[in-house]
Amino acid sequence: MIIFLSCIILFLIGLYAIVTKRNLIKIVIGFAFIEYAINLLFALIGFRQGMLAPIITQVDMPHRFVDPIPQALVLTAIVIALGTTALMLSVVLRIYNRYKTFDIAEIRKLKG
Amino acid sequence: MTFIPLFFVLPLAAAFIIPILGKIAKSLIWIFVTLVSFALFIIALYGVAVTQQVPMLVYKMGNWPPPLGIVMAFDSLSAFMTLVISILVFAGGVFSLRYMSHYTGQWKFYTLYMLITAGMMGIAITGDLFNMFVFLEIAAISSYALVAFGVDAEELEASFKYMVMGEVGGLTFLLAIALLYAKTSTLNLADISNSLQIIGQTPFFWMVLGMMLFAFSIKAAFVPFHSWLPDAHPAAPAPISSLLSGIFIKVLGMYTIARLVFNVFGLSRANAPVFFNVLIGIGLLSIAFAGVTALSQKDYKRLLGYSSVSQVGYIMLGLGIGNYYGVAGAIFYILAHALGKGLLFLTSGSVVYATGTRDITKLAGLGEKMSTTAWSFRFGELSLIGIPPLVGFFAKYYIVLGALKIGFWWLAVVAIALSVLTLGYLLKIENNVFMKKGKAQAKKAPFTMRVAMVLLVVLIVLLGIGFQQVVDFLVGPAAHALLRGVEYANLVFGSVALGF
Repeated sequence: MIIFLSCIILFLIGLYAIVTKRNLIKIVIGFAFIEYAINLLFALIGFRQGMLAPIITQVDMPHRFVDPIPQALVLTAIVIALGTTALMLSVVLRIYNRYKTFDIAEIRKLKG
Repeated sequence: MTFIPLFFVLPLAAAFIIPILGKIAKSLIWIFVTLVSFALFIIALYGVAVTQQVPMLVYKMGNWPPPLGIVMAFDSLSAFMTLVISILVFAGGVFSLRYMSHYTGQWKFYTLYMLITAGMMGIAITGDLFNMFVFLEIAAISSYALVAFGVDAEELEASFKYMVMGEVGGLTFLLAIALLYAKTSTLNLADISNSLQIIGQTPFFWMVLGMMLFAFSIKAAFVPFHSWLPDAHPAAPAPISSLLSGIFIKVLGMYTIARLVFNVFGLSRANAPVFFNVLIGIGLLSIAFAGVTALSQKDYKRLLGYSSVSQVGYIMLGLGIGNYYGVAGAIFYILAHALGKGLLFLTSGSVVYATGTRDITKLAGLGEKMSTTAWSFRFGELSLIGIPPLVGFFAKYYIVLGALKIGFWWLAVVAIALSVLTLGYLLKIENNVFMKKGKAQAKKAPFTMRVAMVLLVVLIVLLGIGFQQVVDFLVGPAAHALLRGVEYANLVFGSVALGF
């Protein structure tokens, strides 16, 4: 149970960074935190105590395996996270080239 | 049914062919994109025709039966959404030829354009929760890139803001999927629906639903979470603004939430009246707040952006009413607003192309110089306000009728009264840009732009006059698809057994 709570704490740390940090890079890092938290949660959901890796051989049968679906989902989620993080960082880099700053308070051409 | 995967295979394949075409024959790209989107339109029409006879078509990916494999579940609502998406993609594609001609790297634009199409089509036809998330991210990531396409300072900033909000929504959806999977051990929508019926309306049920409502409220830009939209939609190139405002927010926000609430969570006004009243509240708040904010805008496209937030509220209102007329009105409104707002954003593109500014205080006297644009704007405007016999009137009429049928007469009055806001902010553009006499420098809109606008005008008028047919063949079946509730699950499994 404690290990599930640690996922939630990790998620909240990421959310805190996104909401309060003024540095664009730190906001992107906040998203990385949230993504890790969710991936960890997925891996924990599929985990069964004392079970084996889900690879079918002649000795190991499926009823002794951990749930393989969350692992597949995590792989997909990691790829999507990679895409968003790369896109975010490239936009941040472009913003830096325009404004010469990462501070979100100084980048205010658009209003509410 | 083998035509179903074509909806996302075709645009995905096109997205990978376009970069190659960009190296060999640049002039062919636009023709290719137009052909692909027209082919999608034909397939969508075929889908609508097929779903008249068969309520549910299921395509099994890799021939794995549900709930083991991923399925594509295609019913009347999916058919309706794919049809509306393909209309707007086609119109935007035709419009792009001249509008995008002064941008560099056009093949990148068209690649992203096809990717966003593939993502939206995928959401509309998928029958699997995680699959829905993947398509949602494909569409969302392409839209972030398209908003930043001009790489000006404002566009980058809008894109970053949009990305931060959108990703918080997307990741919350993923977290909700994780929790739902932990409880039900399945990702198939029909199977989840069956499991949730056994679990019942527990606190867990409402927590997951609340997280999904939060996630899709960001994607659909309901009022507390709307702040990205008036930045992001104006920053994008005009055909993309038209696509984003016209259909993108509805596929990612409204369609997903309607599908989940009615078919997967199995809620209806009968078994969860409070929840449906909350939906009505969200709708009213969006209509009123964004409508009032739109009145004070000076930027042509930004005003239309706020207008979109306001209009999407009507769709939520219809869903919240929750009886046949309300839901049919909401679905009708998706069509009406897609055509109307798509058209208005295309006119904004035409005005920006001709004059180079979006500030409506600096624009004047375009009514005579750009008569096609002006008249297109007027048709879109009248349809959105709800003047018969245009398509927007019948959509609003159904929502109001639905409100009366459940005895919420005050809601009917408020919904009609709030149309005054729509009238107010759209007349502001009309007065300043098209009616006022002035000597703004403008050239006529190019031929392809006018074709795209006239196409949408024709649809607005024709679908308005033939509204009875629209209700019978498009909107009515789609509303019934939602209102059949958890019967959805039986249909999916039954269709697999029958081989549809």
